[in-house]
Amino acid sequence: MEAAQVRYQPLWRVRLGLMRKSLATNWELFRDSKIGPIGLAIILFFGIFGALHPLLMSTVWDAAIYDPVTGYDFPTDAQLKQGLTHPLPPSTKHLLGTDPWGRDILSQLMYSTRAEFFLGVFAAFVTVFIGTLIGAISAYYGGFTDTFFMRLADVVMLFPLLAFLIVLSAMINLNLYTLAIVIGVIGGFGGITVVLKSQALTIKVKPYIEAAKVSGGSHLHIITTHIIPNVLPLSFLYMMFNVTGAIFTEAVLSFFGLMNIQMSWGLMVEMANISGYLVGDAVTKYWWLFWPASLSISLLCTAFYLVGRGIDEIVNPRLRKR
Amino acid sequence: MVVDIQTDTLVKVERLKKLFPVSRGMFRAVKNYLHAVDDVSFEIKKGEILGLAGESGCGKTTTGKLLVRLEEPTEGHIFLNGVDIATLEGRDLKKFRRNVQMIFQDPYESLNPRMTIYDTVAEPLAVQRIGNIVERQERVAEMLSVVGLTPPESFLFRFPHELSGGQRQRVAIARAIALNPAFIVADEPTSMLDVSIRTGVMKLMMELREKFEISYLYITHDLSVARYMCDRIAIMYLGKIVEMGETEEVIQNPLHPYARALLSAVPIPDPNYKREAIEIKGGVGKPIDPNPQCRFLDRCPVAVPHCEEAPHPPLEDKGGGHYAACYEVK
Repeated sequence: MEAAQVRYQPLWRVRLGLMRKSLATNWELFRDSKIGPIGLAIILFFGIFGALHPLLMSTVWDAAIYDPVTGYDFPTDAQLKQGLTHPLPPSTKHLLGTDPWGRDILSQLMYSTRAEFFLGVFAAFVTVFIGTLIGAISAYYGGFTDTFFMRLADVVMLFPLLAFLIVLSAMINLNLYTLAIVIGVIGGFGGITVVLKSQALTIKVKPYIEAAKVSGGSHLHIITTHIIPNVLPLSFLYMMFNVTGAIFTEAVLSFFGLMNIQMSWGLMVEMANISGYLVGDAVTKYWWLFWPASLSISLLCTAFYLVGRGIDEIVNPRLRKR
Repeated sequence: MVVDIQTDTLVKVERLKKLFPVSRGMFRAVKNYLHAVDDVSFEIKKGEILGLAGESGCGKTTTGKLLVRLEEPTEGHIFLNGVDIATLEGRDLKKFRRNVQMIFQDPYESLNPRMTIYDTVAEPLAVQRIGNIVERQERVAEMLSVVGLTPPESFLFRFPHELSGGQRQRVAIARAIALNPAFIVADEPTSMLDVSIRTGVMKLMMELREKFEISYLYITHDLSVARYMCDRIAIMYLGKIVEMGETEEVIQNPLHPYARALLSAVPIPDPNYKREAIEIKGGVGKPIDPNPQCRFLDRCPVAVPHCEEAPHPPLEDKGGGHYAACYEVK
C-alpha cells in the first residue's frame, strides 16, 4: 500500500524531491569537472569576503579610519620619522596598506566586492532573460520576427560596446544599476540570442512540440513549457560567461573614471593611476595600490568562467568523460 | 477477430489537397509546388481502423497531420461528425482538438525529456482546463493503468529516459487517450519499436478501440502490420490514393499495378516460395508540379496509349467497395 500513498503526495513535494535528485546528479557531474569547483570556491571566497565588510565596519573597524570612501588615517609618529606618508605599505593596522588619500585598501577591496557581484550577476541575468526569450520566440515563429532579431543581433555584435558606453557615460548618469541594465540589454540582443535560437530550433522540430499543438496548446504554452525549459540549461551556462564580461566592462569604465560610483575595483586601479603610481618601478614599489584590485578582478572573472566550464560539462554531454 | 463496425461515418475527407511551396531563394516568387497530398478523399467509420500505406514521401504523414490540423489544408474539406474542421480557428479549433489526437512515430522524441510522465500525460488535460489537480492526477493514473503501465504510481514521476521504448510509446498512447478522443491518427507508432514489443503495443491499440470506440487512421509502410491492425487499407502513391478497400481483399487481390508491385515485395517466410515478379521501372519521382496524367504512368507496366492523354484516373469502385485509380483495371 506504500505505492498508493505516493500518488496522493502533494505535487509540489514530489517536484521538490525530483528537483533535489536532479540537482544531486548535476552536482556530481559538476564536481567531476574539477575546474568547476575551483571556480565555485573562489566565488564563495569572494562572497564571504564581501559579506564580512559590513560586519567588520560595525564591530572592529572605526568608520572614521576604515570607511572605504571617506576614511582617513594619520601616519603614526614612527612612520613619519622614517619619512613615510600615504600611501603607506601594509602593516598590522592596514593589512593591505593605504591609498594616496589615506584610505584602507583592504576595506575598499571588501566593500567593492558586493558591488561587483551585484553588477555581474544582475547584468548577466538581464542578458540571459532577454536572450532566452528572444531566442525562443524567433526560433518558434521564424519568418519576419526571426529575420528582424537575427539582423539586430548581427548589428549588436558588430557594435563596439565599450566605445558606446564611453559616449553614453557623457550623456546619462552611469551608476551601477544603469550600467548593469545597459550591459544586460545590449548583451541580450547580441550574440547570445543567436546561440539560444539555434538551440531552440533543435527543440522546435521535436514531435513533443507537435503533440502539444495537437492537444490544443497555445503558442505561449509551447514556448514557456517546452522550448524555454529545454533551452534554460544553456542559458544558465551563458549567464556564467556573461558575468565575466560585465565585471570586466565595469572595471574598464571605472578605470577611465566614467562611472558615477563611490568605490570599485576599477576605481582603485584608477586611483593608483591618476596619482602616478602605475608608471615605472612604482608598480612594484607600491604594489598594494594596484595588485589587490586588479588581481581580484581577474580572479572573480576567472572564477565565473570556470564555473561556466563546469556547467558546460553538465549541459553538453559530449564533454563528459563518462 | 470479428469487430462490429458501426455504419455511421466519423471522419469524411473530401478532395483534400496540400501543396508546399518550393522556395528558390528568398526574394523570388514561388513558382513550384510540391503536391504532398493531392485530391484525396476517404471515409472512416466509428470504431474503424483505416490503414494508410505507401512508401516514404508519398504523403501519408502529411495526410495524418492535415487530419489533426497540424498542417493547414490548401483545399478540400475534413468533416468530423459532420463539422468541417478544415477551416476551424481559435476557440473552436481548441475544442476540436479534444476529439482528435495523434500518436507519433518515435517515442524517444515525442516525450519532452524534461517533463515527468505525469506532466506529459496531464498536459492535454491542463491545456484544455479539464478537472482540478487531484482529478487530473487520478485521470493520469487511470490512463497509465489502461495502457498497461502498472502500478501507475511507480511511473507517475519518472522521466522518459528512465523508461524503455515500449513503455514510452505506451505513455504516448496514454497521453493521446487522456482527453477521450473519438479519433486518433497513429503515425507508424510501432516502426521504431523492437519487434518483440511491437505486438504488445498493437494489441493495446486494438483493445482501446474496443473499449473507447476510437477510430484510427493507422499510417504505416509495413503491410504485415496493416494486415494485422486495419479493417480497411488505402495505398498511396505520390500524394494520391491509388487503391482502397477491405484489408484482406486488397492484400489477396490487389488491382492497381503499384499495389500489386508493393504487395509482391512483402517477404514471405517460405524458402520455396517463388514470388511473382512484377516489373516496375525506375524509382519514385518527386511530386513537384506533376504532370496531369496518371502519377504512375512512367513506371506502369500496363500503361496503354489512352493513359498518356487522359488525366489522373479517378478512384473508382471496382466492385464490392474495392476502389482503384486505374483505367486498365476493370
